[in-house]
Amino acid sequence: MEVLTILIPVSLILGLMGLGAFIWTLRKGMYDDPDGDSQRILTDEYDDKPKPVDKNG
Amino acid sequence: MSTVRASACPACSAAPAAESLARADLPKARVLLSVPEVHCAACISTIERDLARMPGINSSRLNLTLKRLSVDAESDIQPADVIARLDALGYEAHELDAGTLSMTETERQGRELLMRLGVAGFAMMNIMLLSVAVWSGADGPTRDMFHLISAVIAIPTVGFAGQPFFRNAWKALRAGRMDMDAPISFAILLTLGLSVFETLQSGAHAYFDSVVMLIFFLLAGRYLDFRARAVARSAAQELAALEVPRAIRVVDGAEQTVGVEELAMGDLVLVRPGGRLPVDGVVTAGQSELDRALLTGETLPIFAGEGTVVSAGEVNLTGPLTVRVTAAGKDSSLHRMADLVANAESARTKYTTLAERAARAYAPTIPLLSLGAFVVWMYLTGGDVRVAINVAVTTLIITCPCALGLAVPAVVTAASGKLFRKGLLIKDGTALERLAEVDTVVFDKTGTLTMGTPAPTNLDAAPDDARRVALALADASGHPLAASLAKGLRDLGVRPAPVSDLVEVPGYGVEGQWHGVRVRLGRPAWVGADAVDTTAAYLSLGDKTRAFSFTDQLRPGAEEVVQALHRQGKQVWLISGDVPGAVQALAQRLNIDHWQAEALPQDKAAKVAALQTEGAKVLMVGDGLNDTVALSAAHVSISPASALDAARAASDMVLLGREIAPIADALRLSAQASRRIRENFWQSGIYNAIFVPVALIGMATPLFAAAIMSVSSIAVTLNALRLK
Repeated sequence: MEVLTILIPVSLILGLMGLGAFIWTLRKGMYDDPDGDSQRILTDEYDDKPKPVDKNG
Repeated sequence: MSTVRASACPACSAAPAAESLARADLPKARVLLSVPEVHCAACISTIERDLARMPGINSSRLNLTLKRLSVDAESDIQPADVIARLDALGYEAHELDAGTLSMTETERQGRELLMRLGVAGFAMMNIMLLSVAVWSGADGPTRDMFHLISAVIAIPTVGFAGQPFFRNAWKALRAGRMDMDAPISFAILLTLGLSVFETLQSGAHAYFDSVVMLIFFLLAGRYLDFRARAVARSAAQELAALEVPRAIRVVDGAEQTVGVEELAMGDLVLVRPGGRLPVDGVVTAGQSELDRALLTGETLPIFAGEGTVVSAGEVNLTGPLTVRVTAAGKDSSLHRMADLVANAESARTKYTTLAERAARAYAPTIPLLSLGAFVVWMYLTGGDVRVAINVAVTTLIITCPCALGLAVPAVVTAASGKLFRKGLLIKDGTALERLAEVDTVVFDKTGTLTMGTPAPTNLDAAPDDARRVALALADASGHPLAASLAKGLRDLGVRPAPVSDLVEVPGYGVEGQWHGVRVRLGRPAWVGADAVDTTAAYLSLGDKTRAFSFTDQLRPGAEEVVQALHRQGKQVWLISGDVPGAVQALAQRLNIDHWQAEALPQDKAAKVAALQTEGAKVLMVGDGLNDTVALSAAHVSISPASALDAARAASDMVLLGREIAPIADALRLSAQASRRIRENFWQSGIYNAIFVPVALIGMATPLFAAAIMSVSSIAVTLNALRLK
């Protein structure tokens, strides 16, 4: 059962990393245009990121 | 987004200021447009690539989900320039009011909900991991430790992710109402409290997983609901105002621009060609023609000269007019119309949605059932509080309307997403359900079933000379007939003749010199031609005259929509303010049996009301000011995006593209959606009927509760996705 002392923190940390990643993508506006993003992969133009979120609003 | 950064780091609040200073010398404009017809990857790259080549545009980005284009441009770029450019590409666009508070507000709310959903999801998965260990046999100190870790994750999660429910419940309870959020909050807090107690007492059962799962599924429902509404709201409310609430007042020959509300009776107001009349009045100087289509439904512009009585909302077409104000503000016909609309709206009884009816029946039973379970088990066990509370809480969790919370939003989201892709925007949350009940459809004519723009019919019959001269003359005028004539001729490949000395005579037509002959295009009497009985523009070449006749173009999909509605067994009416001849002709062409012509706004509303008192559920489709009262009186209403503000505001749905055909789809889809919602209610009802007794006899475990909850939620969601 000693293995639990390692496994539980590991699973929690992995979970927290996932949550952190989710919050990061949310703040970067990656869920603002799901339909558009699924279409944009079809264009051959290089498009490295979503439009920067507008400073004024 | 700067708000988030600023709040995350209050110390760097000076940084944005410095940034904006650096940007100040580069004037920038942000243009927001609604582009309803985009639908694919090719649309994105066509539009973005073309705009990248347009001078003055820095960058543009098309959001396909919201069908919205945002453009960063130099300050001298006007939205109209971008709209014209998109029009040349074949995309219809409407201006949106950038930077309105409501938009950033909805975006913020959406992100907040999504954040809570994410946190709840994270907590749910981790607690489930620990719970599985407990369910598969961990006991003693191991189980207690797992419960304790679960509690450490669950308590902050409930505190953060459960806020929307607690807030709503508190609001409702303070107002003395009972809504769905009150039993939900009660269940969440009681279950959490009991689980913490059991953990501290080394109990066998803790319900942390169920609590967090409940919050997760309910938030998913809330988020879907929010998404469906936000998309509709942002596009519908922010279509920029067509009307400019400003007027040019003439005082002692000097012109000043003032707000319409500052105008008083007796003031002189100048209205330029292309402008909308801000007030009711009498023309004192100038001659022109007025487009009254949006007010009365008449297709043909009327002549306006000295002494003509005009009303607010009409569009001045050809020459400048000076108008003496007879009624402004509250007394104007525009405002009287608004009063009528307000009356009609208050007369429409508040619609109770299926969800509200279900909640009303269901909300009180949840606490009652679990209270009952508690009392009975207290009696059975001879006063064992711990067992009794455990049973009561299990009952509470199983009855808690997880699937019920998803039943409506999942269907509404699926349906409104489908309709949005077809070009129909749902503004009002209950509109879909009301639409499902419709059995009678009332159409307005001008601008709704027709485009409201005339198209020439007999260009082929005219000799080449006449066509070339007509094109040269038509190009010199802003009159709608001239514009349409010019477009028709260009489409035939006609090139303009060299006509010199072009003069537009406001109210009459255009005149010029061609090979030394005076040529005119305009009204019959002025041109010297005999009037024909259809809409026509008249051309004179020296002593020869010719009439170009026009018909109002059908809106694309008009024939299909009427056919489809007949097939669905709906009654179709055509009610217009136009003359009987024109209305009858259209009714025959589209095969509409019931029609009424020369209807005043009140007549339209009265007809709709009469149909409804006979028991019909009326869908009103209209675009003009004269339709607004009928739109708000009807059971449910739709207006095209080209409609006047007032009409769009009065209606429940907006047709985004030029096509009218989506209306038939909407009726079909709404009936289907309403059926799915009912099925979902039955489904979750049956789950409860089966599993509540199991909980009541004390046979349900936390594993059981969690499994039931997720199975019924997923079943409800899958059922919603069956919409075709």
